[in-house]
Amino acid sequence: MSTHVISRERRGFSAGQYLICLRGIIWRETLRFVHQRGRFISAIVRPLVWLFIFAAGFRQILGVSIIPPYDTYVLYDVYVSPGLVAMIQLFNGMQSSLSMVYDREMGNMRMLLVSPFPRWFLLLGKLLASTSVSLLQVFAYLVIAWFWGAQAPGWGYLAVIPALILSGMMMGSLGMLLSSGIKQLENFAGVMNFVIFPMFFASSALYPLWLVQQSSPVVYLICRLNPFTYAVELIRFALYLEVDWLSLAVVAGATVLFTLGAIIAYDPARGLTSRRGGPG
Amino acid sequence: MIESAALTVTGVSHAYGPRKALDDVSLTVPQARFTALLGLNGAGKTTLFSLITRLYDTRHGSIDVLGYRVSREPGEALRRLGVVFQARTLDLDLSVMDNLLYHAALHGIGGHDARRLAETALRDIDLLDRARDPARKLSGGQMRRVEIARALLHEPRVLVLDEATVGLDVNSKSIILRHVRSLVRERGVAVLWATHLLDEVTDDDAVVVLHRGRVVAAGDVPTVVRTANSKDMRSAFIALTGGGKEDPE
Repeated sequence: MSTHVISRERRGFSAGQYLICLRGIIWRETLRFVHQRGRFISAIVRPLVWLFIFAAGFRQILGVSIIPPYDTYVLYDVYVSPGLVAMIQLFNGMQSSLSMVYDREMGNMRMLLVSPFPRWFLLLGKLLASTSVSLLQVFAYLVIAWFWGAQAPGWGYLAVIPALILSGMMMGSLGMLLSSGIKQLENFAGVMNFVIFPMFFASSALYPLWLVQQSSPVVYLICRLNPFTYAVELIRFALYLEVDWLSLAVVAGATVLFTLGAIIAYDPARGLTSRRGGPG
Repeated sequence: MIESAALTVTGVSHAYGPRKALDDVSLTVPQARFTALLGLNGAGKTTLFSLITRLYDTRHGSIDVLGYRVSREPGEALRRLGVVFQARTLDLDLSVMDNLLYHAALHGIGGHDARRLAETALRDIDLLDRARDPARKLSGGQMRRVEIARALLHEPRVLVLDEATVGLDVNSKSIILRHVRSLVRERGVAVLWATHLLDEVTDDDAVVVLHRGRVVAAGDVPTVVRTANSKDMRSAFIALTGGGKEDPE
């Protein structure tokens, strides 16, 4: 037998092996994403439709006064851009979860779950993989938006990366948590409608919250309770080389909460999976 | 002859709500031996596999892989276990080679080692020339062979296969069975082969008959035949499982 035979004596994994596993999970997700050209195109086209058409229309009727982090009046295109970035991540998070439900239905998920690495590490790997894929989409969008005139300061494109990683993980972990409770692919479409659209519209992605407050205090309150609002603001401030500490705290807290929920839900000892009726 | 156990299941029970799928199941898979887990559809084979592979948590009883308890040291147990599920688990969008490399990474094997092991595994099943093809272009039998090769990539000492020949033609079935039996003979791998097909069992195999979530007979073929007071394995199986009527799911 070759040197890879696992003897009774060899126990645990080295840090290098953890890294190999993590890289493998990210590489597989990226490869799947690259192979699914339709997914990439729709991920880019969706925010661009908002930017080119919706923002063009609203530019004339919606004035954005000077609000942090902007130190001057900005065009609506510029205002809406961070919201569209967050939208890309929201859709990507849900798409990754969709792929987890699909993987589970098709059986691929089992191969991940029977890996000898700890379950929490595998799920974290999935989360990081989903976030990496969202970064590819976001930067493809930002390049096009830059040429369209929705520009942030040069260093902002670098400073936004940590914010994108955190917000990407928040959306991914939310999707993962949702996917753990969904048994069939068909059920996921409903959840997407009940999660994506309310989260996106009841946030500061499309309009400043002070405008919402003026028209409806109730909707304003919902927006304030929506973690997506804070992801948008985290990204917006980071693009302008600033940190919105409240947003950072909320997004980090929500990420931890959703991730823990997903880990518990996927844990065979505590989660939902073993309580469902299985095949003989 | 005293054989040390590769896989031991002791007093395992599992229920889905009020429905009991496994009831106090105990069995042993000896090292370097082909053990057939025989049972009709709904007997509890897949549930048992889900517990062995820790897809489900073992709440009652215990499962040990080469001395490592699945519930206490899942990592150690799982790294010594190769698994082929009943459902196809290849990623159809990825190439055959990428599927194997992904599996290697999930076991902490990367770089040249992973590629070398994957190439060897594909050569062993005569599919090295299909390495770059997307998995979806393979036939059902080829996919199954790749799944078996993948399960062996990290060189486990125990291989569990759940209805591995379901949906395959006679020729593919025979190739796969021959291949798995050669793993037992040549590499000393312990195999637990779940099936409801009696023609996949030979007289040299160890047999465990599972019926309605309980082990109703276990041992080598002559022992099981004697237990059922029958003349051959087929009549023994029918006698032990109530005339071969399938259990309700």
